[in-house]
Amino acid sequence: MGEYRLMKGNEVLAEAAIRCGCDGYFGYPITPQSEIMETLMERQPWSETGMVVLQAESEVAAINMVYGAAGSGKKVMTTSSSPGVSLMSEGISYIAGAELPCLIVNVQRGGPGLGTIQPSQADYFQAVKGGGHGDYKMIVLAPSSVQEMNDFVDLAFELAFKYRNPAMILTDGAIGQMMEKVELSEFKKRWTDEEVTDKWGSWATTGKPVSRSRNVITSLEMDSLKMEANNKRFQEKYRQMEANEQRFEAIQCEDAEYILVAFGTSARVCEKAVEIARVKGLKVGLLRPVTLFPFPKTVIGELAGNVKGFLSVEMNAGQMIEDIKHAIYDAGLHRKVEHFGRMGGIIPSPGEVVEALEQKFIQEDI
Amino acid sequence: MTEEMIIAGFGGQGVLSMGKILAYSGIMEDKEVTWFPSYGPEMRGGTANVTVIVSDSRISSPVLHEYDTAIILNQQSLDKFEKAVKPGGILLYDPNGITKPPTRNDIGIYKVEATKTAVEMGNPKVFNMIVFGSFLKIKPILNLNNVEKGLEKSLPERYHKLIPLNLEAIKKGQEIVEMVNEVQPV
Repeated sequence: MGEYRLMKGNEVLAEAAIRCGCDGYFGYPITPQSEIMETLMERQPWSETGMVVLQAESEVAAINMVYGAAGSGKKVMTTSSSPGVSLMSEGISYIAGAELPCLIVNVQRGGPGLGTIQPSQADYFQAVKGGGHGDYKMIVLAPSSVQEMNDFVDLAFELAFKYRNPAMILTDGAIGQMMEKVELSEFKKRWTDEEVTDKWGSWATTGKPVSRSRNVITSLEMDSLKMEANNKRFQEKYRQMEANEQRFEAIQCEDAEYILVAFGTSARVCEKAVEIARVKGLKVGLLRPVTLFPFPKTVIGELAGNVKGFLSVEMNAGQMIEDIKHAIYDAGLHRKVEHFGRMGGIIPSPGEVVEALEQKFIQEDI
Repeated sequence: MTEEMIIAGFGGQGVLSMGKILAYSGIMEDKEVTWFPSYGPEMRGGTANVTVIVSDSRISSPVLHEYDTAIILNQQSLDKFEKAVKPGGILLYDPNGITKPPTRNDIGIYKVEATKTAVEMGNPKVFNMIVFGSFLKIKPILNLNNVEKGLEKSLPERYHKLIPLNLEAIKKGQEIVEMVNEVQPV
């Protein structure tokens, strides 16, 4: 601790997994996140902490290995990039249906299809609205710095176990490939089966003692009434997440007339756009959602009362903008909400963002 | 102090590692740093570039479209980034292989015969450190002691015996850099 290093986001994420006591990693290489498994293989954590690192034959195999290991109460994860996460979506739905904790990392690249390997945020809908089938939600964290690539691994596992639900770190090629100053977390011991039971309850398939009945892990329920009851329980859990886990960062929002809303890499671009806009005398602030699900709708509803409008800045065609509009509607207000974005792997420039803000709001106000 | 720069040239010239040493030296001086490389298809064309920001305060965007300083090591990069230097900024280049030298007169232009000098020093690989030295002469944003610490941190231990040679190259670069165009006040 206390020592700063210069590392890539992908490398930091791998190191953070080892240090937070992760039991297993199952993955399949894909640009721009291949350094995660490369770093793990080079670090050989199996000889240090006992963590398993396995290159599966495909993304489908990797997510099902995660499913199996998570069912036995282990702290396990996988990482991929957009097309690979599409392949994993079926497995993620099963994991959510079986109510198991795990961590999935999506280092996004431009789509659709094979698309490009450059950074993108076009998987927002996939991450927060489902992706796989059925009414399920993941806890979705969006780091905007290399330091947060370290910090959010442990946080994601904590939340995943707290709610027995898959958690996702949704980042992109820019943060994965970029190097920044980082302070790594201290090493935590891997949990024993007993520690998992003590802390999170007895649900895992750790071997049946005489003292309890069998723990069964499945997403299958042939009785529709029981399946509906399961769904109601899931929905109650998602409402709990919305009540307790909304996280965000607000920059210069106190006196703002216009608010940029952006996460991850585009939030960094917008931080600079705020600097430029303030020099021009425009009262602009930035709201950065840290959790994308649960979306920080409470704060957006509160801010809506004081501002003239919101500009959603995303590296996609306009996805998060829907959640901003919902948040304002839920607060019983009407505010102008516009979108600005670049697609296909292009990162918008801070100047472009300010220009878009002026075009969509300020010129029309005059 | 915030210095926003791009280093661009051919793959293999040590563009990314120069940026890494620069960034690590910044950390040794308690500064905030970011290092953002070109990756993927751009690199396949043989060119490589990295955006490095060193600052006293929190860094906002790691991705930039204009720069305080451009360090340019081939013609393609000169064509691409000369126009991206902020008025009043700096362009440093190695004239080796440059057929169309920079023409702007609203920025400071410097050149360093790094390729030639590296060969004269008997080790073409220290080329990038000569250029780095020239940059530090024009913009002394980092203390040489911290650059030495930065070298120690960024080079694997088996290469630590080469640190004195690298420092010598940095000093050489400080000596031989030539001003082409004075920095114009904005």
